[in-house]
Amino acid sequence: MPVSWAARLRVLLLQALVLGAVLGLAAYLVNNTLDNLARQGIATGFSYLGRQASFAIGETLISYSAADSYGRALLVGLLNTIEIAVLGSVFASVLGLVIGIARLSSNWLIRNLAAIYIEALRNVPLLLQLFLWWDVLRIAAPGPRQAWEILPGVFVSNRGLVFPVLSWSGGLHWDVPHLAGFNFAGGHTVTPEFAALLVGLVVYTAAFIAEIVRAGIEGVPRGQSEAAAALGLRRWPALRHVILPQARRIILPPLIGEYQALTKNSSLAVAIGFPDLMSVTNTTLNQTGQAIEAIALMMAIYLVLSLAIAGALNWVNARTRLVER
Amino acid sequence: MRALLWLRANLFNGVWNSILTLAALYLILRGLWGLADWGVVNAVWSAPDGRACRAASGEAGACWAFIAHWYRFILFGRFPYAEQWRPLLVILLFTGLVLVSCDRRLWRRGRLLIAIWVVGLGVSLVLMLGGILGLSHVSTDLWNGLPLTLFLAVLGLAGAFPLAVFLALGRRSNLPILRALSVGYIELIRGVPLITVLFMASVMLPLFLPGGVNVANALRALAGLMLFYAAYLAEVVRGGLQAIPRGQYEAADALGLSYWQTTRLVVLPQALQIAIPPLVNTFIAAFKDTTLVTIVGLFDLVATASSAITDPQWRGFYWEAYLFIAAIYFVYCFFMSRYSRALEASLQQRRAVR
Amino acid sequence: MMRAMPPAAAFLLLAIATPAFAGPTLDKIKQRGYVTCGVSTGLAGFSIADQQGRYTGLDVDTCRAIAAAVLGDASKTRFVPGTAQQRFTQLQSGETDVLTRNTTWTLTREADLGLLFAPPNYYDGQGFMVAKKLGVSSAKELNGATICVQAGTTTELNLADYFRTHQMSFKPLVIETLDQTENAFYSGRCDAFTADRSGLAGSRAGRTANPDEYVILPEVISKEPLAPAVRQGDDEWFEIVRWTVYALIDAEEKGVDSKNVDAMKKSTDPEIQRMLGVVPGMGKALHLGNAWAYDIIKQVGNYGEMFDRDVGKDSALKLDRGINALWTQGGLMYAMPIR
Repeated sequence: MPVSWAARLRVLLLQALVLGAVLGLAAYLVNNTLDNLARQGIATGFSYLGRQASFAIGETLISYSAADSYGRALLVGLLNTIEIAVLGSVFASVLGLVIGIARLSSNWLIRNLAAIYIEALRNVPLLLQLFLWWDVLRIAAPGPRQAWEILPGVFVSNRGLVFPVLSWSGGLHWDVPHLAGFNFAGGHTVTPEFAALLVGLVVYTAAFIAEIVRAGIEGVPRGQSEAAAALGLRRWPALRHVILPQARRIILPPLIGEYQALTKNSSLAVAIGFPDLMSVTNTTLNQTGQAIEAIALMMAIYLVLSLAIAGALNWVNARTRLVER
Repeated sequence: MRALLWLRANLFNGVWNSILTLAALYLILRGLWGLADWGVVNAVWSAPDGRACRAASGEAGACWAFIAHWYRFILFGRFPYAEQWRPLLVILLFTGLVLVSCDRRLWRRGRLLIAIWVVGLGVSLVLMLGGILGLSHVSTDLWNGLPLTLFLAVLGLAGAFPLAVFLALGRRSNLPILRALSVGYIELIRGVPLITVLFMASVMLPLFLPGGVNVANALRALAGLMLFYAAYLAEVVRGGLQAIPRGQYEAADALGLSYWQTTRLVVLPQALQIAIPPLVNTFIAAFKDTTLVTIVGLFDLVATASSAITDPQWRGFYWEAYLFIAAIYFVYCFFMSRYSRALEASLQQRRAVR
Repeated sequence: MMRAMPPAAAFLLLAIATPAFAGPTLDKIKQRGYVTCGVSTGLAGFSIADQQGRYTGLDVDTCRAIAAAVLGDASKTRFVPGTAQQRFTQLQSGETDVLTRNTTWTLTREADLGLLFAPPNYYDGQGFMVAKKLGVSSAKELNGATICVQAGTTTELNLADYFRTHQMSFKPLVIETLDQTENAFYSGRCDAFTADRSGLAGSRAGRTANPDEYVILPEVISKEPLAPAVRQGDDEWFEIVRWTVYALIDAEEKGVDSKNVDAMKKSTDPEIQRMLGVVPGMGKALHLGNAWAYDIIKQVGNYGEMFDRDVGKDSALKLDRGINALWTQGGLMYAMPIR
């Protein structure tokens, strides 16, 4: 800490300068923006969220129609993103754990297969992988009129996998899908877009999680596994009861980063036709012309999601972590 | 005999492992057989058009004639056909620059390395843009395919670097305002997807500038990438800064060096050297992320491949096209990640020895 | 190592970012020596580049006509492809001089986005395309269908409105890039593809090996007058673009085409004389040379020739004139008099 008043003044001056420069730049940009918006007659403000959306969304978790507002459309997109994020994180963790452990297997073949999986998936761009999965899941199946019925009531077509669900409306009953015109009515449909996004994200993120798990397991001191062996624990129980709980400390911070990355990567849905938050925002800003509000809102939502993931996982970790001496 | 022992120890040690090995071997052989069948045995290596190719392969083999026919479009996009030696040179130049930078002997001669990069980038720019030295002018929206990907990745990171260093220093400084601004920027950018930053740059940048100044689409995407990666690089540099022992700062103080002198002469060189493995990893990520510019209308490698498979004469050979560009990405990223890992190992060794 | 990047970046910026002026576009074009037109990223019949980067199409020809009028040479053009989203910001920021990109003339675009539309060069409408084997002959039979639509266009809005009006439901599949949208439709993922009918024809002609297996349904669910657009605030430039389009149509009305334009210079019809500059004055009023319309017709042709060549009987799209015929033949093409 500077002691002389001259030094302190210098420090204060420097900060004031930097702050002034940043604020000045911000003011300049805002001024330009307002100028340009006024010149082009583009509206500002968030009132558009209450206006009627007039566009339909293909997959919704809550009820939505084109007569609903832009705000509700955004909510639909957000719920879709959260759905992918949660499911994706769960499956990717499981798959990543398996492959990470396989990477350390004493079986040469398994070990190298895991290594090949990790290298192959980490070095190819995600967008490319999503396109490939989407093409595979779409092309392999026939049209709905020639769909494969793999189980009674469960159909596979290029519109996706559709299966019966329990429904409450009109008394508890099985809502069995049946072909009605062009598509299947009833039941729940897992579309190729949803499947491609989920599978692509899971498979890609699992490769990164596998490396994190491996680093975590290797980071536990050798003495622990030796002691476990001395106690007569075989490989898998030792892993489960001794190594992994300790590895968790090392794994968790980068794992949080991977969950956040998965949530952010789900925004690539806009390229393959899954209506997530990014896709709905895209349509909204095209129709209202209010790019700044729409993009700012979307960025704020993703930021909140990232913070929520970190917060939630850190809380869980604090509650359940190992307490050392 | 040795081989049998090895097999016993590595593949068949125990019931569970033996089962796994047999199952894995079965799957591998079936997979490789199918792949060889599709990719080599039934593949068609030359054909006049898509229909002939499909007929010749009987729908059971790859149509490598597609690649033979389209590789120039996929690699260079709509760059003027006769001048495509220029982007080819640029690709070789960039690859060469990266390879040269891997040579550790050059790291001590920092200025020489910088000079090599500046000259290399300058020559690449002149080759792509043209307009002087008798080369015809080619506008930036005709920079497609692999050269565009390389340009965006390299320039994006290079441009992000100065900002990243400032952000990292700012985050570690004692001055509250600087720290607040740095932390705010870093956490904000790291919390949002790259695609939103690209959208912001593509759609909003023209609004931020005074009416009348227009910036090419490629530059907008580049600006977006720079802003985005500055935040990630800042964390990488910060990691390097944190690894420097306090003794270094104290010694510099004892020598009477000011903050900036310390930073420039003592701290940063060491920090950057430590930070190189994660830096290379960030470059790998940036290289893969350039594919997102397809979504904002730039014609990079993925876009050219997608466009090639929609040609009516050659419809639907998406496996061939995507595998081709996946191979290109894989080659670049795999070798960079290998290098980064080797580097990390040797740096750790050196530090341990010291 | 990276500290010398700022100079390189600065050089890059200087070399590529062209400072433009919000003022007279015509002066800027004359100084630069070419016209910059915003076009699509590839729509057969309207603006599409071949492997060597040569552009053809109705919008491309409109741009070339403008270049011929202003600079006397139809080849002095530069085409900037843009997605459905970027096209307007490109025009507003000055990156392009005119937007010839099959853009629909609507109230909100003129009022909210600060654009001005020249006369439409193609009256289009939104429609649906289905595979013949679906056995659908009318859009009213599409209840419950899955429909592919590209993001960022008025198409989504019109689609939802149409289905709501007819109390039918549908599942949209909204995809960002046109390539992937078409991919999804032609692979059977969607039952129908919706876009402007000319776009559907272009897609069918340019993207499938067997165009006869796809049928464009007869319903036209929206009015899509496709017109070139310019920025507000430069009336001189707007008039040039507007009268270029009218010159193309007028030439066809008067029977002047690229083959007989030289002979027509000797015509006794005073309107033709004024148009071709035999009687001077028209060009000067627009701040152009005397031979502005002559250059257009000689180098690009009249509207009929453009139509036949790009989207009509001599092209792969084979669209008939329909409402794009001259007003004397029951269509909507009506040129204001050049006098």
